[in-house]
Amino acid sequence: MVPTAYYLVLAAMLFSIGVAAFLIKRNVITIFISIELMLNAVNLTFVAFAHMWHQVSGQIFVFFVMVVAAAEAAVGLAIIISIFRTRQTLNVDEIDLMKS
Amino acid sequence: MNAMPATYLWYIPLLPFAGFLINGTLGRKLPRAAVSVVALLFTALPAGIVAWLWATMLAPGAPNSMSIASYPWIQITGFTVNFAFAVDHLTLIMLGVVTGVGFLIHIYSVGYMAHEEGYWRFFAYLNLFMFFMLVLVLADSFLLLFVGWEGVGLVSYLLIGFYFRKTSAANAGRKAFVFNRIGDFGFLLAMFLLIAHFGSLTFSQVFATIGQHPEWQGAGFLTAIALLLVLGATGKSAQIPLYAWLPDAMEGPTPVSALIHAATMVTAGIYMVARCHALFDRSPVALAVVACIGAATAIFAASIGMVQHDIKRVLAYSTVSQLGYMFLGCGVGAYAAGIFHLLTHAFFKGLLFLAAGSVIHALSNEQDMRNMGGLRTRIPVTFWTMSAGVFAIAGIPPLAGFFSKDEILYQAFASPNPLFKLLWFIGLVTAGMTSFYMFRLWFKTFFGEPRFEESHSADGHTAHGVHESPWIMLFPLVVLAILAAIGGWVGIPAALGGHNQIEHFLDPVFASGASQTTAVATTGHGLELSLTALSVLVALAGFYVAYVCYYKKPGIAAAFATRNQALYGLVKNKYWIDEFNGNFIVTPLLLFTRGFLGVVVDSGVVNGSGATAGASARGLAWLTRKQISGNIRSYAGWLAFGAAAVLAVMIFGRAVWVHL
Repeated sequence: MVPTAYYLVLAAMLFSIGVAAFLIKRNVITIFISIELMLNAVNLTFVAFAHMWHQVSGQIFVFFVMVVAAAEAAVGLAIIISIFRTRQTLNVDEIDLMKS
Repeated sequence: MNAMPATYLWYIPLLPFAGFLINGTLGRKLPRAAVSVVALLFTALPAGIVAWLWATMLAPGAPNSMSIASYPWIQITGFTVNFAFAVDHLTLIMLGVVTGVGFLIHIYSVGYMAHEEGYWRFFAYLNLFMFFMLVLVLADSFLLLFVGWEGVGLVSYLLIGFYFRKTSAANAGRKAFVFNRIGDFGFLLAMFLLIAHFGSLTFSQVFATIGQHPEWQGAGFLTAIALLLVLGATGKSAQIPLYAWLPDAMEGPTPVSALIHAATMVTAGIYMVARCHALFDRSPVALAVVACIGAATAIFAASIGMVQHDIKRVLAYSTVSQLGYMFLGCGVGAYAAGIFHLLTHAFFKGLLFLAAGSVIHALSNEQDMRNMGGLRTRIPVTFWTMSAGVFAIAGIPPLAGFFSKDEILYQAFASPNPLFKLLWFIGLVTAGMTSFYMFRLWFKTFFGEPRFEESHSADGHTAHGVHESPWIMLFPLVVLAILAAIGGWVGIPAALGGHNQIEHFLDPVFASGASQTTAVATTGHGLELSLTALSVLVALAGFYVAYVCYYKKPGIAAAFATRNQALYGLVKNKYWIDEFNGNFIVTPLLLFTRGFLGVVVDSGVVNGSGATAGASARGLAWLTRKQISGNIRSYAGWLAFGAAAVLAVMIFGRAVWVHL
């Protein structure tokens, strides 16, 4: 049986890659994918701990996260499409309307 | 008639207040007739209630006082002040003066102000004045009295500055207000001392406590309280050193001068001293100060009044001088005599001001006596009524002023204190001066050749030239003239075969001053009669001098003035008091406020701290604003940084905390 720590290390690596990509990448779609990566890293830890403690609640959390992620993907992609239609770009550095 | 229930006391001041509210809020839209009806109605009703109150209190077997209290106004542990009114015989007299003379002057004002702008404003103020003045005289505690005291000061300010477009009127209003503030400061300090020593501000409690402690005779704190109250009284009643506002107050409309600055408000100081007689009786020093202030003010103001040319200013200085007499009366312990003079003064001085207003009206706003003369036949009703006032104030028997003034002088002379003999002499000289300046006014206004120019009549309003006032103005004059003539008969002394009813009437109030009356009784009537004869002689001498100078041989006075240039200049310029105040008090104060308070405190500290606070807020804002770049990646970076920081605190923070 694979020790739980392995899953956690993998999850941490995935999460860090997600954070790094989120900070570095300029394309909205890529940023969006990196968010998914972070979410799934967290899912992995949930499942790993659920398995470790023989508790089903961790698994249920994962379903919740997936549902929310799916909803988020729908809303996020819609936003991305409407941004592209108006701005003709997906570079986040050019999308800074909230600057004070 | 049924006895008046005590609850009706509330209505006495509240009715004029209702009139003020109506005229003050709706008056601008109401027609003039409606404004007049409201103002007169809400003044007449309290006068009616006061008449009923008189009947109740004078009924056989009626108690000497009546009081009513509301729920507590201020209530903290060990200290309570109620909204409470109390009526005794002193209050009755004041109520009669305020509502009676006040109502007459309201009637007069309807005629006098008929062509003025701001008609509704004027009557709203007058009704407000009645409200505050009635609160002042009805009050059962120092604090409620102070409410009325401040209120009448406010209305006085508003009415002096009634023609506020005129700079001099606005300045005069401010001057009156500032002078009164100085006096109010003393009154406030006196109240603080009273709270500290008695734990109460209610008249009955404070005076009862004083009565229970005979060992407090001349005690230092009583003297301090009394002197501070005197400071308050000098401000309100225009005595030295705070008298200078009253002559300037003549900038207000003439009915205001009559009502507020002659008959009622300025007597509030005398009323207050009389009301606090239990306190003053215990402090011979304070009483002597009151007497000295009164005598000094009387002669000082009378001397200035002798050389004024403005008819209203002569009357103003005369008012200051007569108020000095009342102070003198209170100061020698003859409170009843002081109040008696207050009563007669309200009649004849109110009359004189109203008559002067009628003269001014007749001459289309001419106030300078050098431009009058020969008006005797032109405005006969004004002449005859004003003559009653002039003879009354000059002390010619049997008119009102003779009895009251003589009573004060006699009480001063009969007092055992040798200092008061000197004050009596000053008072006697002042009586002569009073007679002189009043007859000077009389001769210059009504006799001799007319010195006004009828050609003034070209400008429309004065098309009729000199004209008698309408009857709505003359009616109050006639009533007041009758009162000025016979009003003194309530106080005919025993020496002249009278009973001095007013003194006995006030006995329940001034009962502790009984020692005074016994001292008088032992001296017999011979002295009193000779003193009376002396003061009549002095008054006649004043008349004769004025007769020679201003009727028989006009020009003597001018020649005298040119020969004694220095003296005349000194008096003419009012002893340079205004200049003294300006140069030695106002200018240094201004320098201090502008130089120190303005530059150092205001610009430096106040503005400086504001500027510093603003600049630091801007700096902080600049720093945080840098973060709001609109760049999503920078937000994300800060988010990650924050999450990492929280994580770090959660993991390592506890360890660090434990080690600390």
